[in-house]
Amino acid sequence: MTSITKPPVRHPGLPRNALGLTKRDYEGAMSTLCAGCGHDSVTAALIQSFWELDLPPDRAAKMSGIGCSSKTTAYFMKESHGFNSVHGRMPSVTSGANAANRDLTYIGISGDGDSLSIGLGQLCHAIRRNVNMLYMLENNGVYGLTKGQFSASADIGSMSKKGEANEQAPIDPVLLALTLGASFVARSFSGDKTQLVPIIKAGLSHRGFALIDVISPCVSFNDHDGSTKSYAYMREHEMEAVDADFVPLRREIILPEDHAAVTVVQLHDGSTVRLRSTSPDYNPTDREKAYKHVRSCQKRGEVATGLLFIDEAGRDLHDMNRTVKTPLAELPFETLCPGKGAMDALMERYR
Amino acid sequence: MGSTDVSDPRYYHKVVDCQWACPAHTNVPQYLRLIGQGRYDESYLLNRQSNVFPGILGRTCDRPCEPACRRGRVDEKPVAICRLKRVAADLRGDITDRLPKAPAQKNGKRVALIGAGPSSLTVANDLLPLGYDVTIYEKHTQPGGLMRFNIPSFRLPAQVLDDECGYIIDQGATMKYGTPVESMKGLLAEGYDAVYVGSGAPQGKELDIPGRWDAKTIHIGIDWLANVHFEHIEKIEPRVLIIGVGNTAMDCCRTSMRMGATSVKVFARRGRKHFKASPWELTDAEEEGVEIMENHAPKRFIVENGTLTGMEFERLSWTEDEKGRQKSTVVDTVVIPCDAVILAIGQDNAFPWIERDTGIEFNEWEMPTVDKVTHQSTRAGVFFGGDAAWGPQNIIWAVEHGHQAAISMHLHCSGQDVTLRPAAGMNLVSAKLGLGSWNYANDYNPSPRAHMQHEELVKRFSAVSVEVELGFTPEQAAREVQRCLNCDVQTHFTDSLCIECDACIDVCPTSCLTMTVADDDVAVLRTHLSAPAENLDQAIYMSGPLMQTRRVMVKDEDVCLHCGLCAERCPTAAWDMRQFDLLQPYAGVEHR
Repeated sequence: MTSITKPPVRHPGLPRNALGLTKRDYEGAMSTLCAGCGHDSVTAALIQSFWELDLPPDRAAKMSGIGCSSKTTAYFMKESHGFNSVHGRMPSVTSGANAANRDLTYIGISGDGDSLSIGLGQLCHAIRRNVNMLYMLENNGVYGLTKGQFSASADIGSMSKKGEANEQAPIDPVLLALTLGASFVARSFSGDKTQLVPIIKAGLSHRGFALIDVISPCVSFNDHDGSTKSYAYMREHEMEAVDADFVPLRREIILPEDHAAVTVVQLHDGSTVRLRSTSPDYNPTDREKAYKHVRSCQKRGEVATGLLFIDEAGRDLHDMNRTVKTPLAELPFETLCPGKGAMDALMERYR
Repeated sequence: MGSTDVSDPRYYHKVVDCQWACPAHTNVPQYLRLIGQGRYDESYLLNRQSNVFPGILGRTCDRPCEPACRRGRVDEKPVAICRLKRVAADLRGDITDRLPKAPAQKNGKRVALIGAGPSSLTVANDLLPLGYDVTIYEKHTQPGGLMRFNIPSFRLPAQVLDDECGYIIDQGATMKYGTPVESMKGLLAEGYDAVYVGSGAPQGKELDIPGRWDAKTIHIGIDWLANVHFEHIEKIEPRVLIIGVGNTAMDCCRTSMRMGATSVKVFARRGRKHFKASPWELTDAEEEGVEIMENHAPKRFIVENGTLTGMEFERLSWTEDEKGRQKSTVVDTVVIPCDAVILAIGQDNAFPWIERDTGIEFNEWEMPTVDKVTHQSTRAGVFFGGDAAWGPQNIIWAVEHGHQAAISMHLHCSGQDVTLRPAAGMNLVSAKLGLGSWNYANDYNPSPRAHMQHEELVKRFSAVSVEVELGFTPEQAAREVQRCLNCDVQTHFTDSLCIECDACIDVCPTSCLTMTVADDDVAVLRTHLSAPAENLDQAIYMSGPLMQTRRVMVKDEDVCLHCGLCAERCPTAAWDMRQFDLLQPYAGVEHR
């Protein structure tokens, strides 16, 4: 925790986005996480992404559960909506919020404990429902708030700070999401913002459930030799499968010189994401190949990162439930609640 | 660009913008903190080490520190450094027992100083504690030079001058008042080991245009001010014009208002942004009802029957050519009625008393040839400083000249090469007291610059000696001190400790930090930082390669608030806040 709050003074030359806001306008309260926590870098990457996308803070909702990761919604976009839910229940609360107001941008922040232990079922069903949201899973492999026990994402053989090895098989959120039919699956690293920011921007623009598994080292309990989620380990073992570059709708697309190797995926809002595979046989729109790639990286002791899989053809929660285009929250009361007569008529149909 | 060498004291010194800009390199942030703590004595003494006259300069300094102040780049106005300096001087207790003292055992060397102005007194201040026998020749009967005769007492009370000159003289200088040096040869014949010429630039510039010599009420500014000081002049005519718009002009116009003038106008050839007077002096003069006229060039004095009745001016309009040079064209002429004119268009040096065959060479402008570093003339053992060396500058420059000349004189008298200057050193000590706890207040205080209270106009004009500025209260001072960004508490980086977690970059409020690929060209490096680094006067720090990715840490020093958040969010203490203390060399004091 810092001794002071961040001074309001900003760099005089700080650029402004289309809304006239600087990056500093997307900040929140001061972080009370440990100094050097990966989550703070993720927060900074989110702030950068919101700013670059000209996201109006009042059109966004920050959703979280319990844990170090879930605290971080307080540290960005102080002028947006938010809900800090019960442990592991963020996905269902977000489903409800999204059902009621489909026009907001939902940013769910969770961790490996909140998502892969207590909230695993919630996560799976939010993926199945294809809730239109960004789901940031800040993954550090330990329960930091309770002083460093292994979490469900700890790799076999990964050492605790005290020197004990983990013996249980990990849950890999990327493999899990691929098998459950997620339409946007990515993995990145908090220490690599050049990779993380375009992925976040693509995830925010993707219509449907966008999972980003961010390896976000715990400096206090999981940044030692023997850890597989430390800064140093990630820098040595990160294997970028796909280099993503997000191009917003308004900006001219300039393809790189080796454009033959680039897959351009058009997102629902008209913006595009350009994907450049780092190996010739990788196809980020092929779910089977993505699964195979992640598994083979794992076998080699590498961590596959990048925007691993994207499918823009998926139907989201509202498509599947055939809801009206107008957010329920904005429907006139008489339409939303047509009264006892309409209710009785409806009930008649089931007799 | 290789990695930055912060072991060279100059790197961190430059980060302390005020100290770097101050000719005497006064340790501003540290003396401000002492004021904030109410430790006025310590603050005064620290200040005195470098600038020798805190009470005088706290009222009269040209303040090169304030335009340089970093606060002015992140907030509307810089810290009121100069007037805070005055607070320490005003509120100090008796510090006489803590002043340097001359030793009982003298070193057997005799030096003569010509003029008892700020530069000579500084030389005396530096040499007396080393055991020198110091003799000061002064043509007037009091010490202080221009500070006493040309700065009116409503800006600088006599008591302040007496105290601070006394601190030096009382160390045992032999004062020869009322003794102008009339022959350099004669002085040299007295066998001094070194001679210092600190006699100032005592001759006001003339304006030889028609009518100049036809009336009695046309005065030279500095002479007129001196006459007011000696009470040879007790009043001036009702309508007064001042020619020139430097600080002497400001003193002349404001003094006129106190000597019975009812209408005072100041005339400048050029527009306001080219004025030499400090902006606050212009404001103070205008507050007192002085009118300032731009773009007027004097053409002739209008004298009728031996009485000055007016002055004719050409009104100019200025244009700038593509090279930025100013060109004037005459629009028309105007006659301004007046009863008296004071000329304040600059000062010249005059050395009629230095014979030209003493080995002291003079150039085509009749100025002595003086080495910029050593202050030595072409005759070994004769040194020049203050306005006498290179023409009029300000008091704080005179003080710095005195320090440098004292170093040279000491080297000369101990038989050493005056060009081998003693080195500066530094202390660099962690400011950390504990977790999130520093030995300085790192929080940003958003208060606006403190406003100086002025004496009411009616009281002000009752006598020349009524001081206008009332000074800051201790409460005002304490708040103003908090506006200081503590630039001397340096962000010190140890590359081998960094784990590249980005925490410092993410938390920095002013986007100073970037981790990037090293670039040999600093101009290129400036273009790929977190925020544009467009202030080329400010340094770019670059670390050595980092352990994990071989990138480098880059810091643009420009708008760093020295808030210490980078160090507080650093998990490995790769960033640390370290208090920098520049150890300046003085005569007989060296830091290796």
